[in-house]
This record gives sequence, C-alpha cells and structure tokens, in this order.
Amino acid sequence: MTQQTRSGDMDPNSVRKVVSVNAPPTVAWRVFTEQMGTWWPLAMFKIGKANAVDAVIEPRVGGRWYERGDDGSACDWGTVLSWEPPSRLVLSWDISADWQHDPELKTEIEVRFIAEGKDGTRVELEHRRLDRYGARRDEMRAIFDKEGDWGRLLQMFAARAAEGSST
Amino acid sequence: MINAERALDALGDPTRRLVFKRLRHRTRSVREIADGMDVTRPAVSQHLKVLKAAGLVVVRAEGTRRVYGIDTRGVEALRGWLDGFWDEALVAFKNAAERQASKERKPR
Repeated sequence: MTQQTRSGDMDPNSVRKVVSVNAPPTVAWRVFTEQMGTWWPLAMFKIGKANAVDAVIEPRVGGRWYERGDDGSACDWGTVLSWEPPSRLVLSWDISADWQHDPELKTEIEVRFIAEGKDGTRVELEHRRLDRYGARRDEMRAIFDKEGDWGRLLQMFAARAAEGSST
Repeated sequence: MINAERALDALGDPTRRLVFKRLRHRTRSVREIADGMDVTRPAVSQHLKVLKAAGLVVVRAEGTRRVYGIDTRGVEALRGWLDGFWDEALVAFKNAAERQASKERKPR
C-alpha cells in the first residue's frame, strides 16, 4: 500500500503536502488552476449559501479565487498573490465567509510544480499562517502556565462543555 | 468533541471574531472584552458561549471573576481538519491531472 500524499515536518502553524503526479508540469498547472472545479472537494469546503458547482481562479496576480453557485452567484475565497505558470502559485485563503475584509485572518497557500522524471510533476503544497486563527501555541501556553494549572483548566472546561452549561 | 467546521462557523460572525481576537494575546474577563467594543456585556457573553461550544475559548474562575482565553485545541482541530482536507483534495487533483495527461497523450 502506498500513501498518495505525504505530510511534511510538524510546524503547528502550517500544513505541508507533497504529491507525485504522472503528468507534465504544464498539464498539472492547467488542471490545478483552470480546471479546479473538476477536482476541488466542494462537499468538504464551500462557503456560499447556493449549491457550489465550480471553483475558479482568475489567471493573474490580484485575480479573484471564488466558488460559483448553481444560481450564478459567486463567493470569494481569496486572491492570487503570485502567478508564475507553470511552476509556482500563491493564493490567499480566507477560509470562512466574511473574512475577506480581515487581513489578520488571511492564510496563504503556496503550490510548487516541479518537473520529476519523464513527464511527471512533484507538487508541493504549503498552507501557512494558520496561527492567525488564534494566538501562537507557545505564546498561549506561556500565558496559561503563568496563570494556573493548564491541565486542571482543561478538565474544568471539558466538564463544563459536557454539561453544555452557560455563562 | 471539538469540531473544526463548528469552529469555522463560529468565527463566521464578525462580532464573534472580534471577541475571539481580543483574547489572542491575553486572557480577559467579559467586562474587559466588552470595553472598547460596541457591544453589551450580555451580548459578549452570548458570543463567548458559542466560541466555547466550538472549542475555541476556555474559561476559568478567578475568585468571583471568570476569565476567558483561547483554547489552543480549537486551533489544533482546525489544523487537523485542513490536513485531512488537503489529503483528499490533492488525491482528487492527482487523478484529474493524470486523466487529463492521458487524454492529451492519445493521438486523435
């Protein structure tokens, strides 16, 4: 059994993936950018209210990245930060609705297409700046360590969450 | 159970996001969160309740005070969700690209 994607080292603030594709970089680039709607798991990620039927990247720096609904509506996911066909693409991803105007919560996706063997491409993807969802883990740990017993706090929290209690 | 999609939903509301962001660098009480915001304390409490249920915020008692802080497990859950998401997305991408490549290799 072979794993089809591999994860990179464990930086808590980014997700890294590598996948080998049996297609030349020009084709891999085209399918990734022009035909995103054919492979993007819309069932797992979409943010509009309408049924999403396509995922679109406008092919230029500053271009929009959005989902298209079956009612013709468009819902922005992010923008193109770097556009270097067929080797490098950087997108900003807002991940959740209404995050567009919140630069502090933007994350970044960098995709590199590297020729591998004859007609193959190694695709490296990094989704970074996930720390923007919250404080850096170490920073927060320091704060909680200073203020009290983190383990007990978690227990209390778990108990409260289980009760479903309110403030 | 911490659910990443629930966390994303919880952060979909702009005011709630602001409440969450006010906890990023230090813990605060409801009053401290509400100060400087255009929101009443009961409204802040409501938002905290949703953030708490989504696993994004923790609370502890300090005497009679309740202090809120960011629950790093929510952030971890989000990362875990994204990790699985990218596995699925890239396998689907690989299949699509290989289908396209073999289509183009075939002589017409």
